[in-house]
Amino acid sequence: MAALIECEDVWKIYRVGDVEVQALRGLSLTIEQGEFVAIMGSSGSGKSTLMNILGCLDQPTKGRYRLNGIEAGNLKPDQLAGIRNQQIGFVFQSFNLIPRTSALENAQLPLFYRGLPLKEQRAQAAAALGRVGLQGREHHYPTQLSGGQQQRVAIARALVTSPSLLLADEPTGNLDTQSSQEIMKILETLNRDEGITIILVTHEVDVAAYATREIVIKDGQVLSDRVTKARPTAIPVGV
Amino acid sequence: MSAFVWLTILTALRILARNRMRAGLTMLGIVIGVAAVIAMVSIGEGAKRAVQAQIATMGTNVIVIFPGVTSASGVRGSQGSAMTLTVSDALDLKKRIPLLADTGWAKRDVMQIIYGNRNWNGPINGISPSYLTIRDWSFTSGGPFTQTDLESAARVALIGQTIVGNLFEPGEEPVGAVIRIKNVPFHVIGVLAPKGQSAQGADQDDVIFIPFSTAERKVFGTSFIGSVGAMFGSTDQVEDLPMAAEQIREVLRSRHRIQAEQEDDFTIRTQVDIGKVQEGTSETLTMMLFAIASVSLLVGGIGIMNILLVSVTERTREIGVRMAVGAKRRHIVMQFLIEAMTLSLVGGLLGIVLGIAGAKLTTLIAGWPTIISGNVILLAFFFSLVVGLFFGLYPANKAARLNPIEALRYE
Ligand SMILES: Nc1ncnc2c1ncn2[C@@H]1O[C@H](COP(=O)(O)OP(=O)(O)OP(=O)(O)O)[C@@H](O)[C@H]1O
Ligand SMILES: [Mg+2]
Repeated sequence: MAALIECEDVWKIYRVGDVEVQALRGLSLTIEQGEFVAIMGSSGSGKSTLMNILGCLDQPTKGRYRLNGIEAGNLKPDQLAGIRNQQIGFVFQSFNLIPRTSALENAQLPLFYRGLPLKEQRAQAAAALGRVGLQGREHHYPTQLSGGQQQRVAIARALVTSPSLLLADEPTGNLDTQSSQEIMKILETLNRDEGITIILVTHEVDVAAYATREIVIKDGQVLSDRVTKARPTAIPVGV
Repeated sequence: MSAFVWLTILTALRILARNRMRAGLTMLGIVIGVAAVIAMVSIGEGAKRAVQAQIATMGTNVIVIFPGVTSASGVRGSQGSAMTLTVSDALDLKKRIPLLADTGWAKRDVMQIIYGNRNWNGPINGISPSYLTIRDWSFTSGGPFTQTDLESAARVALIGQTIVGNLFEPGEEPVGAVIRIKNVPFHVIGVLAPKGQSAQGADQDDVIFIPFSTAERKVFGTSFIGSVGAMFGSTDQVEDLPMAAEQIREVLRSRHRIQAEQEDDFTIRTQVDIGKVQEGTSETLTMMLFAIASVSLLVGGIGIMNILLVSVTERTREIGVRMAVGAKRRHIVMQFLIEAMTLSLVGGLLGIVLGIAGAKLTTLIAGWPTIISGNVILLAFFFSLVVGLFFGLYPANKAARLNPIEALRYE
């Protein structure tokens, strides 16, 4: 079976006026289904740029990016939207919940664009909230939730579609140590028990420690790439 | 898709309810525009219906022929200024034109009428008995005079309600009374049922009818014997009116020996023509209404567009999030279009309610008749929808063309 993620000589070049910024410079990378990858690197090294390409929010200037064998570089905006909806979940540093909209409705959002019947949308979103420990908070608005709880709503929103890939760009960046640990434990459990591939960007070593593989980026290229832990078995429990 | 549309409408309503003040101000243009149109169309329709009712009092399928030429503007020299039409014209028309069910004639003059110690200056009409049936006159008491009365120049009179009111005591029975017209005694044999105002605004009940021959010989004086003030014809079918009018014209031209290049020395008007003149004025009114409506809907639409552009900017991050979780362009477009249409529709509905209330109030306060037509309401509804759609299109497309990464980063 092909790897989940295959980057080959990926370049991303931004042009601001006359200045050319090479955010990614021929980066190559392969990530298998079920991995938990921490991406580290100094500020401006190109981590978010890479995440955007991996998440099909953006496309490489040069080079190839295949997700589940699909060449994402040639797709049109609506096709990319379809892939994001079907295969990818996002968790952002700043939570990015829709304001004045309940936790349930926020978690429901990806299903809304799948055109699922309303009842099913609600049931699945409620289940996702349950998985991040937010049962009973379905009708709370973002302003009525703590930062950690808001981020958990965001995780529920990301996993409500059962994506194969979960991308988290500094998910604990706005959280205290306690909440960070809670969030990381949830992600760890999702990876271990449900086999969801997780790629996470962080500046913190103890956050990166939850991952099974650590990739360091420098100047838009992979500086180092090492397995830090034995990967949890790919064989589902009970077989 | 239907769950999507439904939820989007709910969301739009929620946003609207949250920003009630802002939404209200945005909708104001549409509310006022729609309300003005509904109210004014209702008043216009009411007035039109009233005019139609007045035209109906002329009789059924009536053709009127005046002596003399009418200028293009419709201004006519006073009746009797030309003496070109005669009783024999009227009789000959009936003989030669099968389409005409009947013809009648009349000649009028204002004279003093005396009853007891009261007097009144009213129009005396010498008429043929057929005139009464052509013009659909009916009676509240007594009845018409006959052909025999006409031939014997009987001194009998039919009087209208205004005359009754001015000459008789309330409750007094006019039939059987003797009134004096220019000192000639007349027996009142019938009281005419009221007709109210004519389409031109004249009081049709201020009238006295006497046999044409009596009028000629005993009241009006003997000059121009045989000439009439106006002739009347009627057809069985309203569709026959234009054809009958044309045939009347041909017969009269040949009887009056008018050369091909000469103008008619008479004027023909059918009931349909008279209705058209009235419709013409209400059409001008309608045009003005639509001008007002278009301007206010335009202003309302621009208001909606403006507020939506603000909304798109305010909610850039939200749009980014929606795109990240898989919203396609059409989803974003739909969302903002539905918001725009919700605004314009709610505005339209408020306008409809306000317009109906305005029309009802006009009837209540000014006493004008108003008719609220379902078509206008439907049209207003439809137009507010179209305004929302049209002016929502630009902001919606602007939102859908946002770059998801930039939208997510937007501060
Ligand atoms: N839209 C853009 N236009 C121009 N330059 C950009 C754009 N986005 C990113 N860059 C540049 O690309 C480089 C990489 O940026 P990126 O956001 O990927 O860094 P990062 O590793 O995520 O940094 P941090 O840890 O601070 O989040 C930076 O030099 C940045 O200035
Ligand atoms: Mg970054």
